[in-house]
Amino acid sequence: MNLHEYQAKELFRAAGMAVNPGEVATDAEGARALAEKYGGSAVVKAQVHSGGRGKAGGVRLARSAGEAAEHATAILGMEISGLTVEKVLVSPIENIETEAYVGVLVDREGQCPVFMVSAEGGVDIEEVAATHPEAIHRLRVDPRYGLMPHQAYGLASKLYDDPKLVRQGAGVISRLYDVFMDNGASMAEINPLISTTEGVVKAIDAKVSIDDNELFRRTAVAALRDPASESAADARAREAGLSFVKLDGNVGCCVNGAGLAMATMDLVKYYGGEPANFLDIGGSSNPDKVVEALRIITSDPGVKVILFNIFGGITRCDDVALGIVEAVRRIGFDLPLVIRLTGTNEELARGILAEAGLAAVASMDEVVERAVQLAR
Amino acid sequence: MSIFVDEHSRVVVQGITGRDGSFHTRQMMAYGTRVVAGVTPGKGGLGFEGPGGKAVPIFDTVADAVAETGADASVVYVPPAFAASAIMEAADAGVGFIVCVTEGIPVLDMTRAHALARDRGSRVLGPNCPGIICPGKTTMGIIPGRMVIPGPVGLISRSGTLTYEAVHHLTGGGLGQTTCVGIGGDPLIGTSFVDCLSAFAEDPETEAVVMIGEIGGTAEQEAAAWVSENLDIPVVGFIAGRTAPPGTRMGHAGAIISGSSGTAAEKTKAFEDNGIKVAKRPVEISRLVAAALG
Repeated sequence: MNLHEYQAKELFRAAGMAVNPGEVATDAEGARALAEKYGGSAVVKAQVHSGGRGKAGGVRLARSAGEAAEHATAILGMEISGLTVEKVLVSPIENIETEAYVGVLVDREGQCPVFMVSAEGGVDIEEVAATHPEAIHRLRVDPRYGLMPHQAYGLASKLYDDPKLVRQGAGVISRLYDVFMDNGASMAEINPLISTTEGVVKAIDAKVSIDDNELFRRTAVAALRDPASESAADARAREAGLSFVKLDGNVGCCVNGAGLAMATMDLVKYYGGEPANFLDIGGSSNPDKVVEALRIITSDPGVKVILFNIFGGITRCDDVALGIVEAVRRIGFDLPLVIRLTGTNEELARGILAEAGLAAVASMDEVVERAVQLAR
Repeated sequence: MSIFVDEHSRVVVQGITGRDGSFHTRQMMAYGTRVVAGVTPGKGGLGFEGPGGKAVPIFDTVADAVAETGADASVVYVPPAFAASAIMEAADAGVGFIVCVTEGIPVLDMTRAHALARDRGSRVLGPNCPGIICPGKTTMGIIPGRMVIPGPVGLISRSGTLTYEAVHHLTGGGLGQTTCVGIGGDPLIGTSFVDCLSAFAEDPETEAVVMIGEIGGTAEQEAAAWVSENLDIPVVGFIAGRTAPPGTRMGHAGAIISGSSGTAAEKTKAFEDNGIKVAKRPVEISRLVAAALG
């Protein structure tokens, strides 16, 4: 789950980190009032879960409170990567001397948190990594000891020469680690971390992603979810415990298991079709889940055919068949349905489907090929 | 031969009285797994009834189970909130091989669990994995026993049902397996492709290996490099997620393309550059294995 910049900054402040001031506005008048409070000039930033806000025109400098109001009017309601901007963050303008990058995420190989810092901040860090990787310094953190003070100091010394700045930088880095660990983050990033002409180090941007697996035990963090940033189908899938990703094609896919679901999408493409979604109903044998999955798929107007690919292991084919029959009865859609069921209780499932006038095939290639034909 | 475990492995089931734990314990016992103990805190002293009325003693702690029964392997069917600590408990009790089926464990919990398991010299399989099955010998986890037969193929996979799909075709084509290992779909897993490949390399009965990978991370690329340096039996690969969009988690927590890294194209190329034949469809896996074995 991604947090908005203003939410991430709240976590940073709560941890005692130096962060530039700022408050959220949802209309032009709110933005004007905030800019006045900060002395007239201000930066107005779109609060939306997307990179490249600056390039999209979602970050603007205002030299007066009136201009801040105009910028807010322009940014609010703007679409960035398909997401509508509903909030702007208004902050005073800082006198920037240097811009650095500081980030921490989970390192798959090292199986531990890893810090990445670079004196070249304020730009796309992936690009820095690609063009001159030597500008990025990494440090793996042993989760049993945490980030030790000398390690934070060592990282900060890669960013600054002036000992006063290094000390402040080390403080920011330590606080960032605290935020990362205390909120169950999978990534926490400051880009840029600035030093001002007054010699102060502070975060002027913030990006935090929370590990979805942590949300059950972190209610305060879970409450930060912005319902507006999630489509109705995504919210529905999340509540039903289904893994769902909307794509642009017309073959609606309903599969058990993430690997098989991906392989099914790939096979749709192989036979010349385009998958409309990734959907994993999981290992559950609950017919209601199947009904919910079909509701989500049929709510996409682009879907021309619905493809089931079920390999029964723990998932029992008869339960899935019951769910399909129940969904057809309850939702009453008239899209063609092609079904592949094999494995646990396959024969029972075929019987259930046959009674409802539905048929199933046993091979994945056969069912996908047929779905692609029907979608044409 | 099988890798990691065999018919002599003495298995303790953590979470044996839970819904999943009890169901799969019966399945494992029916297959022939030597389930010697179960652990559910607070239920020590009770018994678990397996198939045919066979009783399994339940203990409060893994340490008790190990002391009383000599268990040397464990399967964890504990809910996500407690699964990392269950793994740590098993490692601390000296269990050498720990299979964790649980999906949805917080990643930061696993950084600690993996660190402790490494310190104690325990091998963790998973988490978020279907487990391991050695056809005709033993099974730990949730892989259905009836779809495998003994034979010369070793199989390693990050996915559950996609493994079933591949094994289904292998078995259907008369190609049995030495061991099928599901290494798990999480970003932090205890046993890698390379760990499994090294074990298969030591096994004289494994004549070919199937590797089923997916988007996210670099484990397949590392495995491909290892294969070209160290393995002289044929390897067949498959990568799921060619159509997955970047930056989006595809079901498995570890199945995500970050920036431009971890794509199916990158992994397929790493396989092909290192002499691994790549199946474009799951059905081709068994054909490529058959061709490689002559």
